[in-house]
Amino acid sequence: MKLPTLPLRVLYFLCLLTIIYFPQITSAQDASPTYAITHAKIFTLSGATIDDGTLVIQNGKISNVGAAVDVPAGAQVIDGKGLQVYPGLFDPITQMGLREIGAVNATVDSSEVGAFNPDVVAADAVLPSSEHIPVTRAAGITEVLAVPASGGMDSGGATGILGGQASAIHMSGWTISDMLLKKSVAMVLNWPEIQTQTFDFSTFSRKQKSYSDAKQEYEKQVNELTDWLDRARHYAQALGHGSPGDFQRDLQLEALVPVTRGEMPVLVMADKARDIRNAVEFCDKQKLKMILAGGAEAYKVKDLLRSKSIPVILGPTLTLPHEEDDPYDRLLTQPAELLAAGVKLAFGSFDNSFSRRLGQQAANAVAYGLPYDEALKAVTLYPAEIFGLADQVGTLESGKIANVIVTNGDPLELTTEVRYLFIKGQLTSLDNKQKALYEKYLKRPKS
Amino acid sequence: MKTPMLTSIKLVACAALLAMPASVLAGPSKSPAVAAEPSPVILIQNATILTVSHGTIERGSILIKDGKIAEVGASVKAPKDAQVIDAAGQFVMPGIIDCHSHIAVDGNVNEGSVSVSSMVNIADVLNPDDIDIYRDLAGGVTVANVLHGSANAIGGQTIVIKLRWGQPASKLPFEGALPGIKFALGENPKRSNFSRGTPRYPATRMGVEETIRGAFSEARDYKAVWDQYNKRVAAGEKNLIPPRHDLRLDPLVEVLEGKRYVHSHCYREDEILMLLRVAKEFGFKVRTFQHVLEGYKVADEIAASGAGASTFSDWWAYKVEAYEAIPYNAALMTRRGVIVSVNSDDAEEATHLNQEAAKTIKFGGLSHDEALKLVTLNPAIQLGIDKRVGSIDPGKDADLVIYNHDPLSAYAVVQKTLIDGRVYFDRQRDIADRPAREKEKKALLEKEKKAGEKKTESGEAAKKPGEKKPEEKKPEEKKPEEKPKPPQADAVFGGAR
Repeated sequence: MKLPTLPLRVLYFLCLLTIIYFPQITSAQDASPTYAITHAKIFTLSGATIDDGTLVIQNGKISNVGAAVDVPAGAQVIDGKGLQVYPGLFDPITQMGLREIGAVNATVDSSEVGAFNPDVVAADAVLPSSEHIPVTRAAGITEVLAVPASGGMDSGGATGILGGQASAIHMSGWTISDMLLKKSVAMVLNWPEIQTQTFDFSTFSRKQKSYSDAKQEYEKQVNELTDWLDRARHYAQALGHGSPGDFQRDLQLEALVPVTRGEMPVLVMADKARDIRNAVEFCDKQKLKMILAGGAEAYKVKDLLRSKSIPVILGPTLTLPHEEDDPYDRLLTQPAELLAAGVKLAFGSFDNSFSRRLGQQAANAVAYGLPYDEALKAVTLYPAEIFGLADQVGTLESGKIANVIVTNGDPLELTTEVRYLFIKGQLTSLDNKQKALYEKYLKRPKS
Repeated sequence: MKTPMLTSIKLVACAALLAMPASVLAGPSKSPAVAAEPSPVILIQNATILTVSHGTIERGSILIKDGKIAEVGASVKAPKDAQVIDAAGQFVMPGIIDCHSHIAVDGNVNEGSVSVSSMVNIADVLNPDDIDIYRDLAGGVTVANVLHGSANAIGGQTIVIKLRWGQPASKLPFEGALPGIKFALGENPKRSNFSRGTPRYPATRMGVEETIRGAFSEARDYKAVWDQYNKRVAAGEKNLIPPRHDLRLDPLVEVLEGKRYVHSHCYREDEILMLLRVAKEFGFKVRTFQHVLEGYKVADEIAASGAGASTFSDWWAYKVEAYEAIPYNAALMTRRGVIVSVNSDDAEEATHLNQEAAKTIKFGGLSHDEALKLVTLNPAIQLGIDKRVGSIDPGKDADLVIYNHDPLSAYAVVQKTLIDGRVYFDRQRDIADRPAREKEKKALLEKEKKAGEKKTESGEAAKKPGEKKPEEKKPEEKKPEEKPKPPQADAVFGGAR
């Protein structure tokens, strides 16, 4: 759609907002109203795409979806003619709510000090009013994982080894309890590297280490990690055999127990083939459920990943190849290559302000060979499946939480606009700090 | 892996060379660019031609002669011996011009020890073997404004290059393009996000302004001395001792004389207006504001000054002065009459500047052509090279990119990039060459390994097994002030951004 002039376009948009917001405001305190999106093209991602269908949202859930679905009495109808309906996008690695301004330490809560922090949980520090949330939401992202120790410079260069627990959150809510999809979904494990060169942030200088020293350091870290897991297992045994009064509670070991039992996956951050191989071997031996994150060189170990059924959260994929002599498109062709090898994959932004590039990451992979349907699922259903949340989000099916977007086109394309967005069945604002600033300065009188 | 961000901070080319000599030899073919060969006559036909200057031509042709665009249109008569590129179903646009780049620089982009580093020149450290030249070429970039970093209120001298991969450093500069100088305002020159070492003046935005005023005050006096000397020489006076040259002030005199462009890194609205006041006081022009993330707040003032604005598509929140950055910036400034470009400041971002430009259609409602201009004609105007490049018009350099889809789509892939009428990047050829490169690399590694074994045998430098393994070269070598990846690297390192 092309509108002639900017002011007209804005006016149009404002009119649209007024129409939408009125009902929302009046019912904000009530249970979610019933909505019916009619005559839209519906991409369910669980079955066939419906060319002219209706999607009904009731009590926060998708209650019905199909070609011949009745609109319930009293439902607010959204005419979806010419529009497309998708599950909201899911960014599985962000520091959403944990980091506001990268350079300002006071606004950064994404990485604890120390190497082993299995007991810290992202949800405990997510700021519901973070400006990043509505900005990202406007790009059609309805849920994310807030992942501690998962990137950015905020960590002072040291992210530790056990970074804490990732939380799945909805991208809207007055408090964290409104936002929570699941509090603890994975334990972050930054796989130790054999580092012959390190960067010392306190003196701001590089340091060289001999390979044998670096290897020794690496082995020491892996031994420490092994020791933590051993102690957690002993702790679990003690828990199972005595009364809680008989021993001292240890919050850190307690947090690791579900990991040692394979109930909580470890989200292993590793990029290089050697590190991935080492991590896979370790997790195999320790019987940990592994999810790989980063995976810049996952293609080198694709058969290993497939044979062990280890899924990969790729990202950030808009990155240059690691090696100077790698093909220039190495990270762009990798998703197609991994998929062809039978590796399950999803895309992650590993960031907040670039979370809105999630669709672009997926589309770029399509440009280099990833089938479109797979790319779409890699930012919706697959992350949900990988983190055990697919019974709640990821497709448009009856009974699932109504995290739904209505767009004027392909949600992975750069120019597509999100027209309506639902989180937990609530029609949710697409306004944000950036749009407000735009509208404010659009109105600045000519000087 | 420590953090994905950290690992994405790139090696300097020379460091990579030391780590593995084989890598450059095994790099992409440089054969297309034999300098002395006359450029062939090429006809690109059946293409959707995005001229940028005069609309879109469906199923059109472009005739290239002597490295220039000879003819453009729906039907073009070509000589029989013309090399034909059939671009049926494909899109041709002008080569992308990146108005803020740090590729092809040998080593650090910041001479960060002083607040006025105008004596240093990026042109002196061009590295034609930087692999990022090829990668950006593969992303459709043909021209880059290679800038010094932002550690100083007045930074080093800068140069515009063409991405002629395979040519020596002497062939990279864009012939006739005016050189520039980097200025920087705000957090980076005042070292807000640095904890290292002793504090350096300036530490406030007030001090940044005084640093610039001070330098130009000196430059003006220095110029007066020279002017007087030249006048007296012209009047026939003999035996005069010329004034001593000052390498720091010479480039500033060029700025005062309009012979060198000022490209100023900035973020906040107040510092943008500050520099405009200083420029007025000393009688020079700001050619471009770089980043200029709050440019939308003072767009009228920028437009009135005649300065261009070169910004990011959607970066924000990596530091305080980027917290009110909005993706509507480019569109808003365009609507207020500013010549706007979208730049990369990063070798990776440069590989998809076409996509970054496309975002302004969604954020601010620019038209297809307006969006394309942000990475073609507008940066050409900003760099004063629009008579040569920036659109598909007869007489202009044949700097062209061929895509398989509309370049303003996330699904478009560059097929060929031409500079001066030569194909410098060809995706099919790159793919076809890969097995041979892989083989060459293996052979070189094998050779290196054998050489290492021999050394060990001869008892020299007895090394532990595994130490010579190629895997050991560390891509994680952190080179802090170097080309950081969004968003936080700059915030901490205050590098280029």
